[in-house]
Amino acid sequence: MAKTKSDAEESVRIPPMQRLLDNHFLLLFLGVAVPTVLYTLWGVMELSQIPIAE
Amino acid sequence: MSVTAETGIIGGIAAKFRTCPATGLKVDLAAERLIKANAVAAIVFLAIGGVFGLLVALTRWQAVHLLPSDLFYLVLTAHGLDVLLVWIIFFEIAVLYFASAILLNCRLATPRIAWVAFGLMMVGALLANITVLQGEASVMFTSYVPLKAPPNFYLGIILFAVGALLGCFIFLGTLVIAKEEKTYEGSIPLVTFGALTACIIAVFTIASGAIILIPTWLWSLGYISHIDTVMYKLVWWAMGHSSQQINMAAQVAIWYAIPAILLGAKPLSEKVSRSAFLMYILFLQLASAHHMLVEPGISSEWKVFNTSYAIYLAVLGSMIHGMSIPGAIEAAQRGNGFTNGVFEWLRRAPWNNPAFAGMFLSLVLFGFLGGISGVVLGTEQINIMLHNTLYVPGHFHATVVAGTTLAFMAITYLLVPLIFQREIIWPKLAKWQPYLFGLGAAGISLFMMGAGTLGVSRRHWDITFSDATLSFDYPPAAFLMLGLNGMSAILAAIGGGLFVVIIVASVLFGKKVDASNIVAALGPTPQKQMSDAVKSYGNAGTFHLPGTYILVAIFFTAFVLYYFVNWKYLSELWQLG
Repeated sequence: MAKTKSDAEESVRIPPMQRLLDNHFLLLFLGVAVPTVLYTLWGVMELSQIPIAE
Repeated sequence: MSVTAETGIIGGIAAKFRTCPATGLKVDLAAERLIKANAVAAIVFLAIGGVFGLLVALTRWQAVHLLPSDLFYLVLTAHGLDVLLVWIIFFEIAVLYFASAILLNCRLATPRIAWVAFGLMMVGALLANITVLQGEASVMFTSYVPLKAPPNFYLGIILFAVGALLGCFIFLGTLVIAKEEKTYEGSIPLVTFGALTACIIAVFTIASGAIILIPTWLWSLGYISHIDTVMYKLVWWAMGHSSQQINMAAQVAIWYAIPAILLGAKPLSEKVSRSAFLMYILFLQLASAHHMLVEPGISSEWKVFNTSYAIYLAVLGSMIHGMSIPGAIEAAQRGNGFTNGVFEWLRRAPWNNPAFAGMFLSLVLFGFLGGISGVVLGTEQINIMLHNTLYVPGHFHATVVAGTTLAFMAITYLLVPLIFQREIIWPKLAKWQPYLFGLGAAGISLFMMGAGTLGVSRRHWDITFSDATLSFDYPPAAFLMLGLNGMSAILAAIGGGLFVVIIVASVLFGKKVDASNIVAALGPTPQKQMSDAVKSYGNAGTFHLPGTYILVAIFFTAFVLYYFVNWKYLSELWQLG
């Protein structure tokens, strides 16, 4: 049986995870944003709340 | 060797190629020259930094106690700078150019800017080194404020980092060129994906370095009056520890590359290995947090999340690679005909090939010594026993020396024939080099961790406290550990010196490589021709890996036992009742 158009589209559809892994600049954004938020910004916020000694 | 000119699509820039007789890949000559320059610079700084390291170890060996205190701290600063930063990052830039322009069969983006980047890195490295050697910048690699070095120390590191950042963007630009010019189909090869992971971590690392070192430079110049010490420490470690995570990603890429080239090994699952690299991209940099675990100003939520939740996802990534790489080797070796019993594939592996031996030793030593001790240091409760002791340098000598440096040495044995187009001279000597260096590096790591477990502080010149007002006695075993550390350093220095001499002599005097001897020049290997596994996408296609399952079980057993031994130490540290 010949493939319909939707079957053909289905067979070449790239899974979302592979699309993520193939998007190098999205990975660059995530690789910079995640540690910046979780380590640096969160840490700086905590340190900036320490009262200055008088 | 034929050289042909081809015209690229983006910008219509002409690029000259040669065709590699082993792989059939077109090798951009501009990329090749840059790989050579960065690799040579890296090896020169490895030699310099290695000599400094030997002097440090011979001073810590109390019976020798080679250097006076001022020279000790000077040499320790230079050692950290040259091997933790300069050697590693020069080599990583070479790896980035190799994994992009060469493996993707395309031209390198903006070779002229790549030379500017190389120049910036070289000027920066020399400036920082000269400033340290002048004796006024003995602030050690961490350069914690309020210790103040002359401005040129910070400027040198900033220039070096700007050059490295340019190198990262050239790598990313090369990926764009390869995609636009359709030099590969589907996804980039796994080795290139590993290099991409290293590049992404490098961008975060260098940005963090700029955020903290530019103000510190201005403070050193007198334009800024005050740098908060804890704030400095937090942001500095986003650079200081993440720079070692670049190594991690690059060395894992090399662990995949060497068996792919020599044995035709393909990953067990491309999807799973790439997902493991994604774990690195998202979470590996958070390991920086273990340096802040004893800081009282930061909440337990921050500490526990960054070290005991998020970082375990990166550790999971490492465990995936730790199974996938020996699994890939086993699958390839069984495919090469070594199917008898559980371990014939391992026994008959090319152990006399320095590239393979260095790669496998690096994998094992990194996993058993560096990986397990990293998890111990990253656990808030047991970190308190080991924080700022010699255990920390013991850990990172397992990761950076036994792991990364050995992996970089191993791939160099393949880069010399493939990129420098020279045979390795003295192959019998080269065969022993990874074992000598690996044994020495393992000893350095183990004995420093042993001394750290006995409480020896990380940066003290004289553990006898001979001129201190209040005396303190470490147990005699601590002195034994530092003596064994010194002996291991001598062994590692012999192995490292051999590597430098063999590679320099091969590049200068090695026999020229061409189509007739390229496969033989790669060293002993079960294959008669080079596999294309390193440049393509594909799975091993089997999970019949009994030997790998046993090796993984041994690793997990060691991991669990050592982890809980440290909890027992903790219970003995604070006696209750």
